[in-house]
Amino acid sequence: MSGTDHKPLLEVENLGIQLSTSRGPAQAVREVSFVLKRGETLGLVGESGCGKSITALALMGLLPESAGVSGSIKLDGNELVGLPDADYCKLRGNRISMIFQEPMTALNPMHTIGRQIAEPLRRHKNFSAAQARKEAIALLDRVGLPDAAGRVDAYPHQFSGGQRQRVTIAIALACQPDLLIADEPTTALDVTIQGQILDLIADLVTERGMAMILISHDLGVIAENVRRMMVMYGGTVVESGATDGVFSRMGHPYTQGLFRARPRLGAKKGTRLKTISGTVPELADLPIGCPFADRCPLVESRCRAALPAAIDVGGGHHVRCLRTDVSMAGPAEVLGA
Amino acid sequence: MSVPLRPSRATGFWSRALRHRSFVAGGALVLLVLGAALLSLAWTPWSAYDIDIAAKLKPPSSAHWLGTDVFGRDIVSLLLVGARATIAVGIIAVGIGLSFGVGLGLVAAAKKAWVEELIMRMSDFTFAFPAVLSAIMLAAAVGPGMVTSITAIGIFQIPTFVRVTRASANAIWSREFVLAARASGKGAFRITTEHVLPNILSVLIVQATIGFALAILAEAALSYLGLGTQPPQPSWGRMLNEAQTLLFQAPSLAVYPGVAIAIAVLGLNLLGDGLRDLLDPRLSRER
Repeated sequence: MSGTDHKPLLEVENLGIQLSTSRGPAQAVREVSFVLKRGETLGLVGESGCGKSITALALMGLLPESAGVSGSIKLDGNELVGLPDADYCKLRGNRISMIFQEPMTALNPMHTIGRQIAEPLRRHKNFSAAQARKEAIALLDRVGLPDAAGRVDAYPHQFSGGQRQRVTIAIALACQPDLLIADEPTTALDVTIQGQILDLIADLVTERGMAMILISHDLGVIAENVRRMMVMYGGTVVESGATDGVFSRMGHPYTQGLFRARPRLGAKKGTRLKTISGTVPELADLPIGCPFADRCPLVESRCRAALPAAIDVGGGHHVRCLRTDVSMAGPAEVLGA
Repeated sequence: MSVPLRPSRATGFWSRALRHRSFVAGGALVLLVLGAALLSLAWTPWSAYDIDIAAKLKPPSSAHWLGTDVFGRDIVSLLLVGARATIAVGIIAVGIGLSFGVGLGLVAAAKKAWVEELIMRMSDFTFAFPAVLSAIMLAAAVGPGMVTSITAIGIFQIPTFVRVTRASANAIWSREFVLAARASGKGAFRITTEHVLPNILSVLIVQATIGFALAILAEAALSYLGLGTQPPQPSWGRMLNEAQTLLFQAPSLAVYPGVAIAIAVLGLNLLGDGLRDLLDPRLSRER
């Protein structure tokens, strides 16, 4: 692809998203900033409703029209916020692609899979029908669908969930995008298939030098598949940094809670899973201060006054917390135990 | 890599269609009605317009296979010629409803916001006028006749199609594969034609067959009010209404056009069901 590897592919600065809900306007995302270069992988982790998917949709320009977007999203230096839809259509599926959570519903039941893979090629790359068909078969072969040539004219209902996810990956990759957004790509799949699909995505990302944003609520998936990660809570990034760094030195009480709440093999029989007390705040009535304040064991009154700034705790590891002196005092394992 | 040829869609469709029972049965009944209308252009046993009062209300005989009506006209000939009006009313009225209604419904679902509001309020407005009332208004303006009644029935069908289309199109728009299609760079127009329309086709086919039946009945009602097909032009609806006054002397006069309407409506429903199954790849058993 064009450009040097040092120039950022995607620059997101101070992204804010306001949605209009039945309960009035809701600040779904605030102060999200990150930079992604070609070949880099970034994980977004957090509970349902924390703003992960909304952020992804904002990058794709697919938010509902009633949503207000502030801040800046730049692809190769070109501003995407406020881009007319016709121009955005030329980017989607071509330079930015997305894989969705639910492979059972992400394919149109009325069209053959071959047609659905050929579509973006014909539209964005002006392939002829024969060329596109040949490329579709090659793509199906690449994503590991057995007997690709024989099954290219089959309909989605004739495939299993894992196979369909392979098909949606083929569609997303058809035009060799620079950026791939995978929104919970394995959540709806059997555990045995999850690993295969993630490996396939990882292989393809390396092979084609794409940048990838992987969205998941599964810490294990994030730990194994991305170099950098961002933990989101209540519409903002509470912790970010290199995956290894974040896992070894968890700075935010929420990240620590999330880590403690994961199920583990080999735990003593009868051990209950640790939970984070309380519930995720409604987006419509997010507090002005730290969104995690109501559930945080370390909360102080100044936490509720204003959204804490993200502070660098070393090595590009940022934590949006006022109490890192306490939360990061001991080794992570002690806190995590 | 060798690229296998795509199996021909046309032959696949017909070979499946001919094995689909309700499609075949419905098709046969519809062809029967169509055949009757076509035959009437070339030949009828008697003239459908000649009045012979001496031969009125005759029972079925070798001369008049189904007997004669109160003016001595041959029932078989009336049924054959009446099929023309029935088909014309049904096809044109449903055609008007389909083309305007589906178009507006798809636009409403794709554009949302004030466009949707405007289209839906306009269709509510049209819906608030009974078909008979708009037919009367139209007849007052341009005079009664078949064209007037067809137009009025057609206009009356538009809001129904708008509503059905918008509701089912909205359901498709919220499906994940539409989001995936948008994520692959498709605009609203392509999504409407390639994703929304094929997926709501089955609903529209069913609605069209219902609309066809309603149009036939509405034409009968309008004819009764003197606003539809004008005498001596026969139609099944008018035959039914003329038979109403003689229900106790000659009940069979109501049965024949009634059965004819039932055949047409039943045939269309079966054909619609069959088409719905055949057009949906999930319901076709073949690989």
